[in-house]
Amino acid sequence: MSADPFKMRTPLRRVRGLGVSGSGTEHFWLQRMTALSNIALILFFVVFLVAMHDEPYAVVREAFRNPIIGLLVALVPVSFSIHMRLGMEIVIEDYVHSTWKLPLRIINTFFAVLIAAASLFAIAKLSFGA
Amino acid sequence: MSDTKSARPLSPHLSIYRFKPTMAMSIVHRVTGVGLYLGTVFFVWWLLAAASGPEAFSYASAFFGSIIGRLFLFVYSWVLLHHMFGGLRHFVWDMGHAITREQSTLAAQATLVASLASTLLLWLIVWIV
Ligand code: HEM
Repeated sequence: MSADPFKMRTPLRRVRGLGVSGSGTEHFWLQRMTALSNIALILFFVVFLVAMHDEPYAVVREAFRNPIIGLLVALVPVSFSIHMRLGMEIVIEDYVHSTWKLPLRIINTFFAVLIAAASLFAIAKLSFGA
Repeated sequence: MSDTKSARPLSPHLSIYRFKPTMAMSIVHRVTGVGLYLGTVFFVWWLLAAASGPEAFSYASAFFGSIIGRLFLFVYSWVLLHHMFGGLRHFVWDMGHAITREQSTLAAQATLVASLASTLLLWLIVWIV
């Protein structure tokens, strides 16, 4: 490193402003956006669960036939899994500095996708199935 | 990680800090986030059970209706509400408010009070309904 290190940077790099990580504020922003949607979805979901908690199977099945309920319940795992994947990524980056870091980050992503996919599969079956 | 052992000053370990409400709520926000993460497995179980049929659903219902199941739901609901109020606190900070020492300490205490109060209110409603 001799004179001015900034001479090594192209103007495009400065314009993009993404630094060494190659990503900007999306992680932060998406965490906040999903936090916001989580609040709305949580309020709906808690009310739904309280209404359903003592109901027999047939009533629960009937509730899912309502498209609004099916749609809202389906948004819960979508919003949650994006948010929790981002959150857990930060936790892993903070504490794991060994060779486990990459495998754990991969497992984290797979887990979040699995949770979302399994929930959506179940909700689709409940809403459209016989 | 670098193996260099130099005389650089290291940041002191956790145990050296005096307990503060803001520090406690910061830790709790992280712990509740991880707890919610793991607990989504139960959410999926309930949905898959409902989708699988009356028999599978009756197993899940029996668990969530049992003492252990109710205890789990009670703790999970507090964890969720606490994390939600903690998240709201983050929104306030992100918009540049309540960053002074007094305000942030007050907000940390308010988060705990709000989460406990709303959890109790929620279960009062469950009990009545
Ligand atoms: C109910 C509404 C929710 C709100 C308002 C919310 C808000 C937030 C915010 C603002 C953060 C970032 C904290 C920081 O930057 O230090 C965060 C972190 C996190 N959230 Fe949430 N969240 C909510 C629900 C959830 C749910 C349902 C889950 C899991 C299924 C979850 C899991 C996490 C995790 C794992 C982290 C990372 C914790 C950390 O870095 O310390 N959150 N949440």
